[in-house]
Amino acid sequence: MTDLLAARSQMAMSLAFHIIFAVVGMGMPLLMTLAERRFLRRGDPLDRLLARRWASGTAIMFAVGAVSGTALSFELGLLWPKFMAFAGPIVGMPFSLEGFAFFLEAIFLGIYLYGWDRVSPRAHWLAGVMVLLSGTASAAFVLCANAWMNTPRGYTLAADGSLLSVDPFAAMWTPAALPEILHMTFAAFASVGFAVAGIHAFMLLRRPGAAFHRRALGLALAVGGVFACLQPLTGDLAAKHVAEHQPVKLAAMEGHWDTKRCVGLSLGGWPDEEAEVTRWSVEIPCGLSFLAFGDPGAEVKGLKDVPRADRPPVAITHVAFQIMVACGMAMLAVSALAAYRRLRGLDLAAPWFLRLLVLSAPLGIIAIEAGWTVTEVGRQPWVVQDVLRTADAVTPMPHLVVPFVTFTLLYLVLGVTVIVLLTRKVFTAPEEFE
Amino acid sequence: MTPELAIAGVMLVALVIYTLSAGADFGGGAWTLLASGKRAEDQRQLVDDAIGPIWEANHVWLILVVVLLFVCFPGAFAAASTALHVPLSVMLIGIVLRGSAFAFLHVYTHEEQAHDPVPRRFSRVFAVASLITPVTLGVTLGALSTGIRVDTATGLVQTDFISEWLAPFPFAAGLFTLCLFAFLAAVYLAYEAQDTDPELSEIFRRRALISAALVFVTALLAFLAALRGAPIIHTGLRASAFALPLHLATGVAAVLAIALLWRRRLQAARLAAMAQVALIVVGWALAQYPYLVFPDLTIAGAAAPRPVLVAVLVALAVGAVVLVPALVYLLVIFKRHRVGQRVDAGH
Repeated sequence: MTDLLAARSQMAMSLAFHIIFAVVGMGMPLLMTLAERRFLRRGDPLDRLLARRWASGTAIMFAVGAVSGTALSFELGLLWPKFMAFAGPIVGMPFSLEGFAFFLEAIFLGIYLYGWDRVSPRAHWLAGVMVLLSGTASAAFVLCANAWMNTPRGYTLAADGSLLSVDPFAAMWTPAALPEILHMTFAAFASVGFAVAGIHAFMLLRRPGAAFHRRALGLALAVGGVFACLQPLTGDLAAKHVAEHQPVKLAAMEGHWDTKRCVGLSLGGWPDEEAEVTRWSVEIPCGLSFLAFGDPGAEVKGLKDVPRADRPPVAITHVAFQIMVACGMAMLAVSALAAYRRLRGLDLAAPWFLRLLVLSAPLGIIAIEAGWTVTEVGRQPWVVQDVLRTADAVTPMPHLVVPFVTFTLLYLVLGVTVIVLLTRKVFTAPEEFE
Repeated sequence: MTPELAIAGVMLVALVIYTLSAGADFGGGAWTLLASGKRAEDQRQLVDDAIGPIWEANHVWLILVVVLLFVCFPGAFAAASTALHVPLSVMLIGIVLRGSAFAFLHVYTHEEQAHDPVPRRFSRVFAVASLITPVTLGVTLGALSTGIRVDTATGLVQTDFISEWLAPFPFAAGLFTLCLFAFLAAVYLAYEAQDTDPELSEIFRRRALISAALVFVTALLAFLAALRGAPIIHTGLRASAFALPLHLATGVAAVLAIALLWRRRLQAARLAAMAQVALIVVGWALAQYPYLVFPDLTIAGAAAPRPVLVAVLVALAVGAVVLVPALVYLLVIFKRHRVGQRVDAGH
């Protein structure tokens, strides 16, 4: 394993790990505050209990998210010092603001978790709302920094390549920022809603009729369903943005090789990077041209127009994109089915439907991991699009496989521990509500 | 005052607050490891209650320092994280394990924490990991004084990735940091248990006195190691115009802390200990001045372009307006009543 590959693997692994906790840190506060608000309005102790249970799960997830996020802020320098030396000042604004947002999140989560009996019920609920707002803001700022890597703006370079001037706010709000923020926050709420609904569905299958799990399922599915139904809109926005600003990434996502008009949307298939064709895919005629540019006759740039050295790994990008879209579509279908059953007054806790929800539980998380693979792998070989190559940003440190393996083992152990603790301690119903 | 100096000042303030708050949290972990005697479980519980609601907020001060470093002094961040890859990675492992294990521990009730083997194991991981971070933090800061060579024209770091940190001075600094954190924690804990559990308070008062002696010994060790290993610390600690009054103040605070501990004036002792530790951090920074990374990167030389610095200063000011009231609110809720009345975390 080369040092570059080890560095990229450690970064990918750390991000893939952290993102789950970051997403839960956004989604769970929404569920908690909704449950607590129901309690404040109707006084049903079941809602308060639900908020407490979800809060205790959030505490673990937030803590692991906070420390793995800290690790990431150091890993940026440990693995990519030349990237940070160049980009640090330019993307400083979103990172500084993210620091404050994260600070607020930590403060109000402390109040929320430990303050049940120390502040008034209303103040407690507001602390939860603050966790939700600052957690979402924190994610939005990180996404601004990532957006800059996709569409770098707001700086000028001197002739020798050194940084001449920076416009911090132009660098913070680049074209990719809005689509990334919308697509990712919606993804977070949808995937957490589905994951939580799936877990409570599993508990309901084991103990049919448990009021605790029924209430939890209803709330989580409502949140997950609403955002899953809205997500195609933000996805369309994000895709149109990629088409405009990162045509090579779009071509890799689609496994699209020849520049031409009326390009079909390819579903599935496997891009053969040697032969420069995508095999076994199903094509919807002129679909890509229409979806990306709103015009079935629009020309779409193909990968053959790009030197091989400047192409991202096409197969990974294409397959990851297919997985993301497939998961999103499946979630949309399940949400529509749930809405239909609800409107017709059918029981959401029918065993076959519960089984479907259990199967759907990981879809959102898988979609998020796949989506980030598309964003990051699709940008290769650049760490900053068309400006800085990933290979030029890596640390000169040798033996990078050692930290990669060490952190992988560490996160593996943590991940397993979190899963065991959540299933044993958080998602079980207290006996009086069985 | 130049904007880069203002930001370096903010970083110093953040580092002082981190030491006084999160430093004591790590020190608390050390006392969890050393909990002994008939009342070992109560000692662990006291630490647990003291840091439970606040450790995550305390931890953010470090993130603030790191973010300011890479935004405003990117070359220094790149140089330090290249040459100090090993101690920084170990520090991260400590940070990750400490925080995670503490959170895992809290899924269990107090009863389970005392008797169930699984939470006991988390408690042990939390305690051991709490030692790793202070030592590696001290090693890292010490290595910045020992020196990392950077070619300022190209920004390339000339390092073998080892010799900068694997040396007597950084490790002496690491040991010193650990003792300092343990000392702070013992003083805080003695004070926090004073009214609710005088016996427990007495245990930590004695430990505070012992660790005060260890702080003195390790400080001496670090100073001796600096003679050869980090001349900048040595000359800086003696030479600058601030040096003498600063050392006098540090010495007065240290003696005062011990005297007040001795006489069981714990609230005042806590303030004296905080002053002592803050002055030590400030003293290190002044000895290091004007270098961020000795000997090639100064505060002025490593600074980002001016618009970045000004924008960050504005962001810091705006952020402080939001942050300070929230932080005060948190501390008022949880530190107004002393710890000891047990806080129930979500059960």
